[in-house]
Amino acid sequence: MSNKVLMKGTEAIAQAAIECGCKYYFGYPITPQTELSEYMAKKLPKVGGLCLQAESEVAAINMTLGAAAAGTRVITSSSSPGISLKSEGISYMAGCDLPCVIVNVQRGGPGLGGIQPSQQDYYQATRGVGHGDLRLLVLAPSSVQEMAQLTVEAFDMADIYRMPAMILADGALGQMMEPVDFDSIPRRDIPEKPWAACGHNNERKKNIVNSLYIDPQVLENVVDERYKRYDVIEETEARCEEYLCEDADIVLVSFGITARICKTAIKAAREEGIKVGLIRPITLWPFPKKNIAAIAENAKVFLSVEMSKGQMIDDVRLAVNGKAPVHFYGRTGGMIPTPEAVLENIKKLAEEINA
Amino acid sequence: MTTSILFSGFGGQGILFSGKAMAKSAMYEGKQVSWLPSYGPEMRGGAANCSVIISDEEIGAPIISNPDVLVAMNLPSYDKFEPTVKADGLMIVDSSLVNKKSERDDIKVCYIPATALASENGIDGMANVIVLGQILKLTGMFDYDTFLSYLLKGIPESKAALIEKNKKALKLGYDF
Repeated sequence: MSNKVLMKGTEAIAQAAIECGCKYYFGYPITPQTELSEYMAKKLPKVGGLCLQAESEVAAINMTLGAAAAGTRVITSSSSPGISLKSEGISYMAGCDLPCVIVNVQRGGPGLGGIQPSQQDYYQATRGVGHGDLRLLVLAPSSVQEMAQLTVEAFDMADIYRMPAMILADGALGQMMEPVDFDSIPRRDIPEKPWAACGHNNERKKNIVNSLYIDPQVLENVVDERYKRYDVIEETEARCEEYLCEDADIVLVSFGITARICKTAIKAAREEGIKVGLIRPITLWPFPKKNIAAIAENAKVFLSVEMSKGQMIDDVRLAVNGKAPVHFYGRTGGMIPTPEAVLENIKKLAEEINA
Repeated sequence: MTTSILFSGFGGQGILFSGKAMAKSAMYEGKQVSWLPSYGPEMRGGAANCSVIISDEEIGAPIISNPDVLVAMNLPSYDKFEPTVKADGLMIVDSSLVNKKSERDDIKVCYIPATALASENGIDGMANVIVLGQILKLTGMFDYDTFLSYLLKGIPESKAALIEKNKKALKLGYDF
């Protein structure tokens, strides 16, 4: 018997948040992530926390901002259309240098789209989650265990770098159950929050949390300072899993649930003697461009596999930097690529490089 | 060794529960497992299925294109998934609700009138557990008593009445 618990991905995120001291959840229901709110509603009151179903996503993200400004750990979650609604508040949080965790359990879009899994919000998460020069830490779990683990890491990184972090999951990861072991999750040293606006009792100067700077020179200085932190993150925090890349002629790049489909396809291709591997970005921002660049020295061709019309492929191309052709295979709208279809694409590329 | 099992039927039959019982039991035995449900606007009466993978190794795709074992508990599921069962695979059909016979000769098929058996024995709604009993018998994936103890473990004290029903259903399925 093991100590593992069989849980849904959404529940694993919620439990992980509670385990690392998060006591506040603000959200608004949307498929396929409502179980996260449901779990929080059941559990948070028992640990002296608060789960609040707001009147809208806009309200939820601004409540999140308030809780973060007071220096507490706070999480909010939604699915694609809801994240669009939250984007103004997310930009404000980046502008206020506030840590929090935002969960996007992606579904097909654009618009209301559908409710089945997708990875169509890659651009949104890594480029355009709000106005202004800003970045989010973006973590992409690939299993229910990682839903838990990366949630804890997202909280830690958000606190260390004073910025919002996003868990970019999808409907399949949110709904599926796998065993989770919470005890094995690593923790980091977390700084104090002397900047928090949490009441000063006249014992210290008041803290102001703000994103408004009328003087352009002052605003430029603030943004420049923030970008120094972003530089450190790009230098030190990019992470990926390399799977069978050592001798690979063909290298797939894929994240989240799609990466697992790729692994199944890769195993089948290897049995047919095709030298193929996988780079699975775990952080989407910072993107693991150094790892990809290093592997591009020897690889003959890349294939980006996504549940979208091709978004991450832009980052793969930038990292490969012309050293090898970069191809794309994907499904969209809530359709999940099959291992068989990925295998076919691998075989096609194998024929091309042998021709 | 990896086994993929697809449970299919309509909402309300306990399709997702069956899959969960299987996945949990395998987890207790130290296996890697994944459980992936279909999800949609359907509730009771709509199509429901879940994919369970049990393996000694890390599980790649949690989606099953060609199951080793298919449980088909209604006609639409039978029609949809019968052609997908892996060669040499196993299909278990609730013959109370599916009045077709498979013409495939490359798979093993078991017809069990699970819904009627449940009804005749005063345990309406337990057809899914009857099918689990039959899976145990045909695959030997779990020791009967161990599986039963895992199954009962999932029943909260407030629903103690379900214990006898589950015991009865599992045995009916196993002895069929």
